Amino acid sequence: MSQLFKVTSSPHVKSKDSTSRIMLDVVLALIPAGLFSIYFFGFDALVIILLSVISCVGAEYVWQKLTNQPVTVKDFSALITGILLAYNLPSNVPFWIPIIGGVFAIILVKQFFGGLGQNFMNPALAARAVLLTSWAGHMSNFAIDGVSSATPLTAISLGEGALPPLSDVFVGTIGGSLGETSALFLLLGAAYLMYRGVISWRIPITYVGTVFALTYLFGGNGLYEIFAGGLILGAFFMATDYSTSPMTSKGHILFGIGCGLLTVVIRKFAGLPEGVSYAIILMNLAVPLIDRYTRPRTFGEVA
Amino acid sequence: MARLTFKRGIHPPHGKHYTEDKPIENYLDPKGDLVYPMVQHIGAPCEPLVKRGDRVLVGQKIAEAQAFVSAPIHSSVSGTVKAITESLIPNGQKVKAIVVENDHEYEEDPSLNKAYNYKDMTREEIINVIKEAGIVGMGGAGFPTHIKLSPPEDKEIDHIILNGAECEPYLTSDYRVMLEESERIIEGLKIILTLFPKARGVIGIEDNKPEAIKILKQHAAGQDRIDVVSLKTKYPQGAEKQLIYAVTKREVPFKGKLPADVGCIVHNVDTVVAVQRAIRRGRPLMRRIVTVTGGAIKEPKNFKVRIGTSYQELIDAAGGFTEEPVKLISGGPMMGMALYNVDLPVVKGTSAILALTKKEANDGGELNCIRCGKCIEVCPLNLIPSELNALALNKDWEGFEKLNGLECLQCGCCSFACPSKRHLVQSLRTAKSTILQNRRKKK
Ligand code: SF4
Ligand code: SF4
Repeated sequence: MSQLFKVTSSPHVKSKDSTSRIMLDVVLALIPAGLFSIYFFGFDALVIILLSVISCVGAEYVWQKLTNQPVTVKDFSALITGILLAYNLPSNVPFWIPIIGGVFAIILVKQFFGGLGQNFMNPALAARAVLLTSWAGHMSNFAIDGVSSATPLTAISLGEGALPPLSDVFVGTIGGSLGETSALFLLLGAAYLMYRGVISWRIPITYVGTVFALTYLFGGNGLYEIFAGGLILGAFFMATDYSTSPMTSKGHILFGIGCGLLTVVIRKFAGLPEGVSYAIILMNLAVPLIDRYTRPRTFGEVA
Repeated sequence: MARLTFKRGIHPPHGKHYTEDKPIENYLDPKGDLVYPMVQHIGAPCEPLVKRGDRVLVGQKIAEAQAFVSAPIHSSVSGTVKAITESLIPNGQKVKAIVVENDHEYEEDPSLNKAYNYKDMTREEIINVIKEAGIVGMGGAGFPTHIKLSPPEDKEIDHIILNGAECEPYLTSDYRVMLEESERIIEGLKIILTLFPKARGVIGIEDNKPEAIKILKQHAAGQDRIDVVSLKTKYPQGAEKQLIYAVTKREVPFKGKLPADVGCIVHNVDTVVAVQRAIRRGRPLMRRIVTVTGGAIKEPKNFKVRIGTSYQELIDAAGGFTEEPVKLISGGPMMGMALYNVDLPVVKGTSAILALTKKEANDGGELNCIRCGKCIEVCPLNLIPSELNALALNKDWEGFEKLNGLECLQCGCCSFACPSKRHLVQSLRTAKSTILQNRRKKK
């Protein structure tokens, strides 16, 4: 009698990498900046992060239950969207803002397009853009300890007020959205992601590099433009979102440069102090095109 | 020393520690019947030359085909033809087979043991001896060796490359052959080099086998036409086109071009041992080295066995299973065939029998593609496996062909690397065979 073994297609061994491990790495990488924001902005920050996370994960769970799909909240991707959305909000927004944002991000931007890997816009960024157009007042009211304060980028674009020292901007003790102020802690997380091979240098470095070079060319303060505002968060954590960025290495570079270009153009000419979110969303739309035109030459293909 | 390599690829866990230090052990007195499937090579299947009740001798030709692309089959024992029936071969096909009952006397065919002096032979004579010896590529693909040695006249061959990469995890049969039969390898290569006066012989070995590199270098010393080069340890370093690129930096153009089109012929190291034995000792291909290994095997070993020996017998000879394997594989874990039972004979291309435990197989269900691009990063052919997979699942054959899906090596790098455990190779393989089938129908 011979026993029956399982027959599947080769290869019969697989790498240890898994989708959930990759997502978990991203969550871990985002933690330092979150802790800093709670330390700096206070208890409000924690509440907003929690509300945003709960509404994203909850929306995914409820939606998948209602539509009879397998529930995938365990892959951590909704958790990431929740954290990123929160990091894009000022600390003193009303509690319903992250809730509306979270539901919008998960259901309209992610699930409507087929869930993980299928959406063509970054859910957190799309939600932020919608919130910003609908409730501009709440969304651009930055406060530290309950006192309204302009972000350095607003100050630069308005050409008024004394700018905080660059060191404060780098550490993040300035006005701004929850998770974007501290370049230091964001970069710490980003370094971890690169070390783990979750993201490559290509998108973030070309992105930041392009912003720096162009600002400098236009006579601005390159370092300020990099560290103040949402560029570091955007470049390392949102532009690198797998679902909404190109897949080839050449595509990464084009995408990074494109994001950088658009960011500077928006900051400089559209009169918006930020620009990172819109730049990334616009480039998200170009991804299918970039993917198509950066397909590598097949080995052995003769021109 | 420079380590030659190709672009991309992966680093799967080696698994070679089980058997790399185990000298080849003879298992030459098989207990059960010997089974010789009529398909052990690429090309026309053989037809039996014997019938039920015939007595056969060691080395006697028992099957052949008239077609040019074929290789005869020889009995590896003496005994009686018990039946002409059907047998399973590793790819799951059932084919005609000759079953011989071993009389354990190992009486040899009188035509055996004719030693030739290759220096006095013509090209045709050498190739004919190789053909009559039934030699096929021992690396697994089973391409008849005499065909490879007869490229079209207009192709100038300047490299005879011996593949000693053995990049598949767990496999150590080539490694042991390189250590234990190094002189034969060099002589076999010299025989082949006499056929191609303008060619250089290059033996490529991955640098995780320093002993093999050392010993072959020793034996190649003083041979001005033979070099031993070290290759970077990387999968699939032993894939023909990748190996050619590593050694010569030439790309074999796709759409049906062959290594000979870029002046190269590649042979497995064990194949040239078979060539040496055929020419110098008058022995047809009757034996091969099989690694029996994996976490579920009690005493993993490298065996020298008679072709036709049953897998079950070899597993028993390696102490049987320590635990129920989840998968039993003929060949390596990257490209080998999963078997549903062990009722199978060793054929010319059997390099290993691998029994994987659940932990080793690491087999999960598919999740959504997260567009991480890992599959693209590793594909040695620069294909876009995720996109090809989507096209294949949508049955968009045209799109699949347009993105060069037909060139896929089925090396498995993409499936190995995918964090979502998507069954990329599986769907690519299905798409390829469907497209090729459709083409045949149209003709
Ligand atoms: S697409 Fe084909 S050639 Fe490329 S990695 Fe996958 S199996 Fe190998
Ligand atoms: S490796 Fe898997 S998840 Fe990543 S892009 Fe390829 S198919 Fe998609």
